Amino acid sequence: MLAFVAQRIAQTGLVMLTVAFVAFAMFHFIGDPINNMVSQDATAEQREQVRRHLGLDDPFPLQFAYFISNAVHGDFGVSYRLSLPVGALIAERLPATLELVFVAASIALLVGMPLGVYTGLYRRGVVSRLLLGLTLVGISLPTFLTGLILILIFSLWLGWLPSFGRGEVVDLGIWSTGFLTASGRRALVLPSITLALFQLALITRLVRAGMLEVLGSDYIRFARARGLPNRLVLFGHALKNTLVPVMTNVGLQIGALIAFAIITETVFQWPGMGLLFLQAIRFADIPVMAAYLMLTALLFGVINLAVDLLYGAIDPRVRGESSHHKGS
Amino acid sequence: MANARTRIAGGTRTRFSAHLGRRLVRGCADQLIDSPATVVALLLAFGFCTMAVFAPWLAPHDTSDVGTLDLMQALRPPVWLEGGDWAYLLGTDDQGRDMLSGIIFGARTSLLVSGVAVLLATLLGTAVGLFCGWVGGRPDAVLMRIAEVQLSFPAILIVLLIDGLGRTAVSTDLHNVAAVPVLIIAIALSNWVQIARTVRGSSMAEKNKEYVQAARVLGIHPAAILLRHILPNIFAPVLVIATLGIAGAILTEATLSFLGVGVPPTQPSLGTLIRFGNNFLISGEWWMTVFPGLALVLLALSVNIVGDWLRDVLNPKLS
Repeated sequence: MLAFVAQRIAQTGLVMLTVAFVAFAMFHFIGDPINNMVSQDATAEQREQVRRHLGLDDPFPLQFAYFISNAVHGDFGVSYRLSLPVGALIAERLPATLELVFVAASIALLVGMPLGVYTGLYRRGVVSRLLLGLTLVGISLPTFLTGLILILIFSLWLGWLPSFGRGEVVDLGIWSTGFLTASGRRALVLPSITLALFQLALITRLVRAGMLEVLGSDYIRFARARGLPNRLVLFGHALKNTLVPVMTNVGLQIGALIAFAIITETVFQWPGMGLLFLQAIRFADIPVMAAYLMLTALLFGVINLAVDLLYGAIDPRVRGESSHHKGS
Repeated sequence: MANARTRIAGGTRTRFSAHLGRRLVRGCADQLIDSPATVVALLLAFGFCTMAVFAPWLAPHDTSDVGTLDLMQALRPPVWLEGGDWAYLLGTDDQGRDMLSGIIFGARTSLLVSGVAVLLATLLGTAVGLFCGWVGGRPDAVLMRIAEVQLSFPAILIVLLIDGLGRTAVSTDLHNVAAVPVLIIAIALSNWVQIARTVRGSSMAEKNKEYVQAARVLGIHPAAILLRHILPNIFAPVLVIATLGIAGAILTEATLSFLGVGVPPTQPSLGTLIRFGNNFLISGEWWMTVFPGLALVLLALSVNIVGDWLRDVLNPKLS
């Protein structure tokens, strides 16, 4: 088990390094950072001086090492667009995104998994077929359109819920939360449903497919042949074995929520990291892009690692060899 | 010798096409009785494709021709509401552009971008998958590790990043020309992994089968074995993933265009139309958002249903 954990952590570290390299390469190969720092009529000598001062004439690997060391200390440089330290910008936006993703993930999991189990168990039923049709609509609805439709119905026509912003937030030192005020909670409803819907439909379909596969396997048929009560077969054998392989995929979907938050945040003007990243892309603000990329990579890494460890704890077979079940 | 070679090669091919054809026809007949939704979806998908191809002849107005625009006709509601006009069935936008024509041309752009992107992804994925499956060893391990890392990143983020970098790398005056190719490449690069993994898995299984050994013994070139013997036998799952991939690509393209980083405004797609309409949602001109949105969902939904149906019919072992 310890070797499995070590291997997983090493792999996550390798991924992080790769992403850091991509982020670093963005600085290096797209434009000359000096242009963003000196005035337009600076002489070649002045440019060279700035270059030397910043260590930009150091060998590439050394610069990369500095970049990593700064990033580990939370220093991602200064935003080209806003002229503010990127680390502080991101730290200010992080709570908004994480709260949104947390609520959306809870909705997607708590609704999606039971629906998947239900539609898998009673797959010929009218309700199941209806639900399955709805999930197909769910994965055909782009996140931004879901958001617009919800705004149209619940904000404009019915006037029940706010259509933009976070509402009132309470500042808890390094963390600002919208959970503690009524307006903050109301503001969370539409964005979190918007963000959750696509993943909810996808998780329902994944769990259903896993359930069908398990129910068709030999050991379930043997369990039934042994005369075990239906309840025991389903909840003792089938469910547990369905959830194990589905978990990796579900983990990936939770990671995807962080990426899709970019879209939800744009539609609802939610002051999170995603909105910051999108503005950075529009203005080619590379320090912000690089920092966002590394931070999301870290979050994906942590989620995937957590899922893998959980997986290893439940299923003894995967501890030896890395095994992934991914796909649609 | 030459005879035997052609006989084997030809035999595999005819068997494959006849088999696939039979499965398709039988599946189609079953589904027709079983699920009317599939038939509707097939017709709808076919309708969208026809519409895209013949857009210049089908659209009642040419939205790209600024000369035909009439600001007097701006923000007209759909025909069944008060103030509607039969010349503009689904109403007009703030520039007096016909919504229906906009949707027809927009669907054309969406289908073009996603179709070409998925085609590129399929070519790349199949090539990498066949190569990895055949060669194995170190190159396979390296490529598959890259694929695994990419798979742990959501496709939308990869597209945003590649697209963002691509736009930064080309100069500003090239933006409008380069935007569509950059977008296509970005979507293609986010889609190749799944196809590569599937093709690799199935070609590894096929590699050790007798017909491949026979072909090798006959001295047929490995490239010919891969393309003419193995590929036809593993093509069914690729077809399914590619079809579902088109639905995903349509949504990705629409999302990026909605965010304003996709296709340029000069060549509007469904996502761009929704983005423009979004500015008028609060002032009550809902048709500028709702109709392109409806078209987008119907398009993606019909392609998804067709993909699901193909999976059921061909029944490839998808993970």
